[in-house]
Amino acid sequence: MSVTRQILIVDKLRIAMGEPTNTWLLRDVSFSVEVGKIIGLVGESGAGKTMVSRAILGFLPTGARCVSGRALFDGRDLAGLSTNERRQLLSKDMAYIPQNPMTALNPVIRIKDQVCDVLKLHLGLNSGEAHLRSIELLDEVRLPDPEKIMSMYPHELSGGMRQRVLIAIAFACRPKLVIADEPTTALDVTVQKQILQLLKSLQQKYQTATLFITHDLGVVAKICDGVHVMHGGRIIESADAETLINRPKHPYTASLVAATPRFDLPANTLHPIPDGVVQGLNQEIGEWDSRA
Amino acid sequence: MVKPKSSRFFIALVLLGVFLLFAIAAPWLSPYDPLSQNLKNTFAPPTWFGGSDLHWLGTDSLGRDLLSRIIFGARSALYVAIVGAMGAAAIGFVLGVIAGFYEGLIDSVLSRLVDIWMSFPSVLLCIVLAAVIGPGLNTVIVAIVVIDWTRFFRVVRAETIVQKSRDYVSSGIIIGLSRSQILIKEIIPNILPLLITLLSLEMGIAIVVEAILSFVGLSSSGVPTWGGIIQEGRLYVYQAWWVMALPVMCIVAAVLSINAFGDELRRSIDPIR
Repeated sequence: MSVTRQILIVDKLRIAMGEPTNTWLLRDVSFSVEVGKIIGLVGESGAGKTMVSRAILGFLPTGARCVSGRALFDGRDLAGLSTNERRQLLSKDMAYIPQNPMTALNPVIRIKDQVCDVLKLHLGLNSGEAHLRSIELLDEVRLPDPEKIMSMYPHELSGGMRQRVLIAIAFACRPKLVIADEPTTALDVTVQKQILQLLKSLQQKYQTATLFITHDLGVVAKICDGVHVMHGGRIIESADAETLINRPKHPYTASLVAATPRFDLPANTLHPIPDGVVQGLNQEIGEWDSRA
Repeated sequence: MVKPKSSRFFIALVLLGVFLLFAIAAPWLSPYDPLSQNLKNTFAPPTWFGGSDLHWLGTDSLGRDLLSRIIFGARSALYVAIVGAMGAAAIGFVLGVIAGFYEGLIDSVLSRLVDIWMSFPSVLLCIVLAAVIGPGLNTVIVAIVVIDWTRFFRVVRAETIVQKSRDYVSSGIIIGLSRSQILIKEIIPNILPLLITLLSLEMGIAIVVEAILSFVGLSSSGVPTWGGIIQEGRLYVYQAWWVMALPVMCIVAAVLSINAFGDELRRSIDPIR
């Protein structure tokens, strides 16, 4: 039964920006996500985490281009899809949970219509069916009084509630893959925990493959099965969450782990990361990278 | 949906209601025919100023009843304001959204066109228009549309570009909406509050423009307009100040009410506020 199937394979992806000298945003990034697993992508700002998600979604910023490598989703090369094919794939099979719930919902449209849109677009439901289904979805993400929330505007909801709405939208069509781009960064710590529990429970219920992007090692330890550490556009270490935190191999990972404040230990000094700023993006891809 | 929230808004609503009533029911409300002259009774002062109670607001240089003329003037003013502003808004909005949404060549072409358009003296444009179409209320409307659509174009184009970079537009793309769905569902609803504010401001401007064009004789001479009454009253301002003062007060009141109404309307339809 437990045949692991890779839903997403990213293979030696190289993304660059700028002419004529390349600034490498991603250098030979390779990893895969299996059905039912949560794979974490950690790293500091500028490490290329979000670039990976945008490359997969086909949503690269202007000027960035894929130089080589590919991303396979369910066996299909994502780069080879037409705009229409991609539109049909997005949200239906591959959903996205954005970083900032405060700005990701359209302020002038009721929650109802924003949730129903996805259902109508991808599942072909009529308005009545979509309405009923939306209530179920909002209930599933444990929003209180879903019928009332349906007729509200985004500004009437708190950040945590909006993130629940976005999660409901992401899981609306029972996607095969969910890409969560720092879904808890913009939230309060207490709300973060609830949102993580919610994500984890939905993920387990539907056995959704999840790519979880974060810079919070605590979050990684809590919910991820496997973790890839990114730095300067490369994956420098891959391991399961437990090993990574207890026995990091790469010095950068070790310093990341050491930089996380520990309240169970007496030492109260904070450990900065040496060379904290991501450097050397202009260097050509060389020895170091091909080794990885 | 719109509930009175401040006394300013309430007064504006009442005044606009009165002007609207004037405009709609002018033939039944006005005590006299606004065009019938009575040369034996020129410059009759208003009732409270020692005049007879036959003409509450007095008469003008040809003995026409001023109250009737002001009531019919409200009809011209609102007609020009509504039709003129809407026409300008429609053209400016459509072209502005197209330029802002598609950018590139079409945006450059439209934006340069607007630059050239705005550098052309607008009064001259009005006079040329009046010369071609002939003076009248419709000329005033055409002039407002032709000159002021650029105002809408610029604001709507800029706002469309701003909206395009918003996160919810990205979310829409990631949900799988097509370009036209993005435009209709995500962008246009966010521009409408701004458009309505602009529209209300434009209605105020249109009333003033009508007065200016009447003043230089490019508006209608047959139908009474506030600008026309001012222009006639100006000549006799020392004998009969009320002929000029009363329509001026009407214009000021109308423009202020329209602006107050627009402000409140924007507040109530913009859910973020």
